Amino acid sequence: MNNSRRSFDVLVVGAGPAGIAGACCAAEAGVRVGVVDNNLRAGGQIWRGETRDSHLAEAASWLRRLASSPAEILTPMEVFAQPETGRLTATSSDGLCELSYKKLILCTGARERFLPFPGWTLPNVMGAGGLQAVVKSGMDITGKKVVIAGSGPLLLAVAAHLRAHGADVRTIAEQAPWSRLIRFGMAVASHGRKISQALQLKKQLSRIAFRAGCWVTAAEGNGKVESVTLRTESKTWKEACNYLACGFHLVPNTELASLLGCELRAGFVRTDNFQESSVSGIYCAGEPTGIGGLELSIAEGQIAGFAAAGQRERAQEYFGERKSQRRFSMALERAFMLRDELRPLPSAETIVCRCEDVKFGRLKEQSSWRAAKLQTRCGMGPCQGRICGPAVEFLFGWKAESARPPIFPVAVESLAATGCVE
Amino acid sequence: MPKAFSVTVNGAQVGVTEDMTALAAILLSGTTTLRRSVSGAARGALCGMGVCFECRVTINGERHCRSCQIRCGQAMDIRTDE
Repeated sequence: MNNSRRSFDVLVVGAGPAGIAGACCAAEAGVRVGVVDNNLRAGGQIWRGETRDSHLAEAASWLRRLASSPAEILTPMEVFAQPETGRLTATSSDGLCELSYKKLILCTGARERFLPFPGWTLPNVMGAGGLQAVVKSGMDITGKKVVIAGSGPLLLAVAAHLRAHGADVRTIAEQAPWSRLIRFGMAVASHGRKISQALQLKKQLSRIAFRAGCWVTAAEGNGKVESVTLRTESKTWKEACNYLACGFHLVPNTELASLLGCELRAGFVRTDNFQESSVSGIYCAGEPTGIGGLELSIAEGQIAGFAAAGQRERAQEYFGERKSQRRFSMALERAFMLRDELRPLPSAETIVCRCEDVKFGRLKEQSSWRAAKLQTRCGMGPCQGRICGPAVEFLFGWKAESARPPIFPVAVESLAATGCVE
Repeated sequence: MPKAFSVTVNGAQVGVTEDMTALAAILLSGTTTLRRSVSGAARGALCGMGVCFECRVTINGERHCRSCQIRCGQAMDIRTDE
């Protein structure tokens, strides 16, 4: 295995919008910057597949800016441990890489929240963002019947994207009721840009049935999903489909922040005005500080980038934008709160932990996340509880414990090389 | 234009381009079961972004590769459900 070492003044983990903004600002301020991401290219999930020539002007402009900045882009590379303060270890296709830093900016983004229901482990039941990512990566969805379900504004963006790629989107089932969606609409009415985005989406989604207060109770099929059962407060029915794209809004990726000792508050990384976490020299920007979407991520990324490079005055120029976008973030949280009817969906036989095939019936007998881990191996497979953890928190109220290295599975020889194991 | 070539999925040739992931190639071949769970159930991809580990397959003999995070390479040999 090849080992390499890199050293940076500012190291950015995560090359989504927050990380790109942070890396650009820090690098343009004149310090040595590296930006590492476990995906194939910079862009994060939202700009997956976008390039410098993209038709999406904002993505293209940021990706061009990153490419022409002096920041070094390290992809795909996955950070898994910090053997000592100021040094992270990561794996890439070339082997192990040691990344030394003076300042660190964590822009680790978010993932979808998945909730278990009978049939959710069938092939072709995917996340909403999950199916979109796979289509962006080259899968052909032309003519396929798709039901989109779950919660959050991502469902609409996914529906528009899949339809543009030829999918036959049958229904969008949003669990939040109309009453909350309307309040959300009013709350964001002050954001001109969000309104124009919404109107554009509405046009792209014409004639697709959008149902609020509607959720999936089961997926059925022989070897793969063939239909889903949908429910509202007044009725239950089946809808045939080739794919179910189902995700319940987003949860932050805080594993690395937690490993590095950054304090979390209500599940998010706590930061000060300059996006610095409770650990001096470690900054955090984007979804891990609060789910707030693209514009907030970019604002926070710019603040963190300038602050980490020692240019606090320039960082302050983005405080106003951040403040305005945070109002949107709070409105999001209120609007897409999960309804209680989603809790009793799993039956005793429904798998909750997909890595270890732990069924809901076995988890119900446990008293805590720790007991569940010890007794059932829930959360102890390769995803390390990233999928079942947020589900278990919703179902039973158990909070996941703090992260331990390696935060992603790695080969034993990589672990040995870092000194994480004797 | 991205370069076009073929890979094999469970022995069958699939035409792909270099910007596609191994997962896209597998799904393009019509295969929906990527792996068997610890109790033997069929599983497919879930998150599409390298987090859930449901899309693990064997690529060029190497097991447990996350197919959503690996780009197609010329003459790549992909095996699912192993």
